[in-house]
Amino acid sequence: MRHIISVLVENEPGALSRIVGLFSQRSYNIETLNVAPTEDETLSRVTLTTTGSDEVIEQIIKHLNKLIDVVKLVDLTEGLHLERELLLIKLKATGEMRGEIKRVADIFRGQIIDVTQAIFTVQLVGTSDKLDAFIEAVDPATILEVVRSGVSGIARGEKRLSL
Amino acid sequence: MELLSGGEMLIRALRDEGVECIFGYPGGTALHIYDAIFKQEEIRHVLVRHEQAAAHAADGYARSTGRTGVVLVTSGPGATNAITGIATAYMDSIPMLVLSAQVPTEKIGEDAFQETDMIGVSRPIVKHSFTVRSPEEIPLIVKKAFHIASTGRPGPVVIDIPKNMTTPNERYEYAYPESVKLRSYSPSLKGHAGQIKKAVDLLVQAKRPVIYAGGGVVSGSGSELLIRLAQMLNYPVTTTLMGLGCYPGSDRQSLGMLGMHGTFEANTAMHHSDLILAVGARFDDRVTNTPSKFCPSAKILHIDIDPTSISKIVEADVPIVGMVENVLPQMIAALQASEIQPDETALAEWWSQIDEWRGRHGLHTAVRYNTEGDLIMPQEVIQELYRATDGKAYVTSDVGQHQMFAAQYYKFDQPRRWINSGGLGTMGFGFPSAMGVQYAHRDAVVACVTGEGSIQMCIQELSTCTQYHLPIKIIILNNQALGMVKQWQDIHYEGRYSESLYEDSLPDFVKLAEAYGHIGIRVERREDLAEKMRECFSHKDKLVILDVQVDPTEHVYPMHVAPGSMRDMWVGKAERT
Repeated sequence: MRHIISVLVENEPGALSRIVGLFSQRSYNIETLNVAPTEDETLSRVTLTTTGSDEVIEQIIKHLNKLIDVVKLVDLTEGLHLERELLLIKLKATGEMRGEIKRVADIFRGQIIDVTQAIFTVQLVGTSDKLDAFIEAVDPATILEVVRSGVSGIARGEKRLSL
Repeated sequence: MELLSGGEMLIRALRDEGVECIFGYPGGTALHIYDAIFKQEEIRHVLVRHEQAAAHAADGYARSTGRTGVVLVTSGPGATNAITGIATAYMDSIPMLVLSAQVPTEKIGEDAFQETDMIGVSRPIVKHSFTVRSPEEIPLIVKKAFHIASTGRPGPVVIDIPKNMTTPNERYEYAYPESVKLRSYSPSLKGHAGQIKKAVDLLVQAKRPVIYAGGGVVSGSGSELLIRLAQMLNYPVTTTLMGLGCYPGSDRQSLGMLGMHGTFEANTAMHHSDLILAVGARFDDRVTNTPSKFCPSAKILHIDIDPTSISKIVEADVPIVGMVENVLPQMIAALQASEIQPDETALAEWWSQIDEWRGRHGLHTAVRYNTEGDLIMPQEVIQELYRATDGKAYVTSDVGQHQMFAAQYYKFDQPRRWINSGGLGTMGFGFPSAMGVQYAHRDAVVACVTGEGSIQMCIQELSTCTQYHLPIKIIILNNQALGMVKQWQDIHYEGRYSESLYEDSLPDFVKLAEAYGHIGIRVERREDLAEKMRECFSHKDKLVILDVQVDPTEHVYPMHVAPGSMRDMWVGKAERT
């Protein structure tokens, strides 16, 4: 099963490499990974998605907790949560395709954020499934470049990951 | 407040932490630190002949004293040479501080002379690491490093120190912090009361129990508590390779070592047990044989300081995370309060079954090796060593057959007396780790049981022992081959000895010892063994190499049959369970 693990780590050089190193060292999967500052400047938030059996996920969480730089973490998929990913996709858009891409983007509530005579760049925010569905929906021959941010997530309601 | 340079602060911080010695090797980027060492007299430095030996010596020091061992190396090759030693300490959870000098901050990343990304290279084999980014941070980093290295599940910590952090004429106010708290690091100390109760309820109801004790009992100073618990219950105790000595090997309740080359009675009892109390042990693959076939009818109670060790290989029925020295008293108290006490009839039956197994193939109930030939058997060398040292020596070892024979035949009655590389299996560990042990215990008898292969991996340290007068006794079980490799080649490769024979290329170890000012004794005849062993230990103030020519065809038994269960063993070349 796919899990979204959100980790608060010390904002120290090398902290990210310890997390990534842990995954490669113990041959765990990382499917997506993102890292950015938080409201507390001493902390960064790393969100990663991974897959594995319950036993493997339990080990991953225990090993992450064991890293000295990891302050706190949560497996968001254990409770109600929101997840979002950002997609930037560059598409060949000429002739009839210009209208077609616009229509598909509208259906997915995407926005065309850059236009040239032959190119549309579409921005789309949603769950990873939704982004997959959009990429499936456009003509593969028009796809020039796909950029995805990796998953970010947050718990629903009162629950929060903080110190 | 006193003003000190970065290099001086580093050494002062070590002193304030109670460090008495450092094992190291100087070089360009470490020179400011070495100058600070020169200018003081409280901390002694041992100059090794190769940085790997510095790490192993600090490791031996740590294992035999329980204190954190300290290593100092220069950047680049100095640092990378220490890597094997750091990995060894990491695998066996040994507290160690490695100070690696680094090129100046402004040169980092430029492929400068003797530059290596030590933090990157060592990352998978350290508990944590630090880079010094301003000299003022040094006291706090040192304090944090010792705290991390020595608490929880201990392990090595690296501090990487760019040369410009130690510049002599840049001085700062020095104060060593009394304590340190890390918000992201607080090893759980006490066991969960509910779990303890659950565990004790199962423990007292067991009919065929075994206590399986590992290195955690040694590092957690839990030996006396374990003895108390085991003797209250009258349950059998088996120890891992790392746990030898945490329960007295000569006690009736001891089944000796378990695992791949564990005793017949330990492995068989484990297989048939209905309850296993694992204390500070991690179900290593050299213990379990095939995990899916491991102890099919046993409930498993698992005490460990490290949650990642629990249910990693074998699912625990009752996991207890906590320090052995806290959890065992909790268990003892719960046991005393328990209304149910162990079933004495069932236990008597269990003991008589175990005694029968012991009688059948036990290593100490009869002679299990060939005594008819002229050749010296490796097992009898260890038995002779045991006699000559009254069972009280510190024994270090390398890796291979000699290591297993020492583990099987030297009955350790105290913790911290058996010093070996259990997890990483590092050849070359035995001799330099013995230097650390001897340095920490100047008057103790320290023996390094090794092979003619392993000893050559750090043989250069004979020179260090001359310089610091370390009277180690090196006992070489010389079978002129990589014995364990050869044993596997006998069993699995129809005796094709691919690159495992030395073919008359071995040095004359007697002359080699003499070249460094030590004593060398060669033993070839069986009838000379006891006398030469005594002679070896009669040279109290000298290092002696005792080069014993042993039967090159001997194998280590018992040996697990893989894949199989705990009870599946070869007990001799032609006999299996």
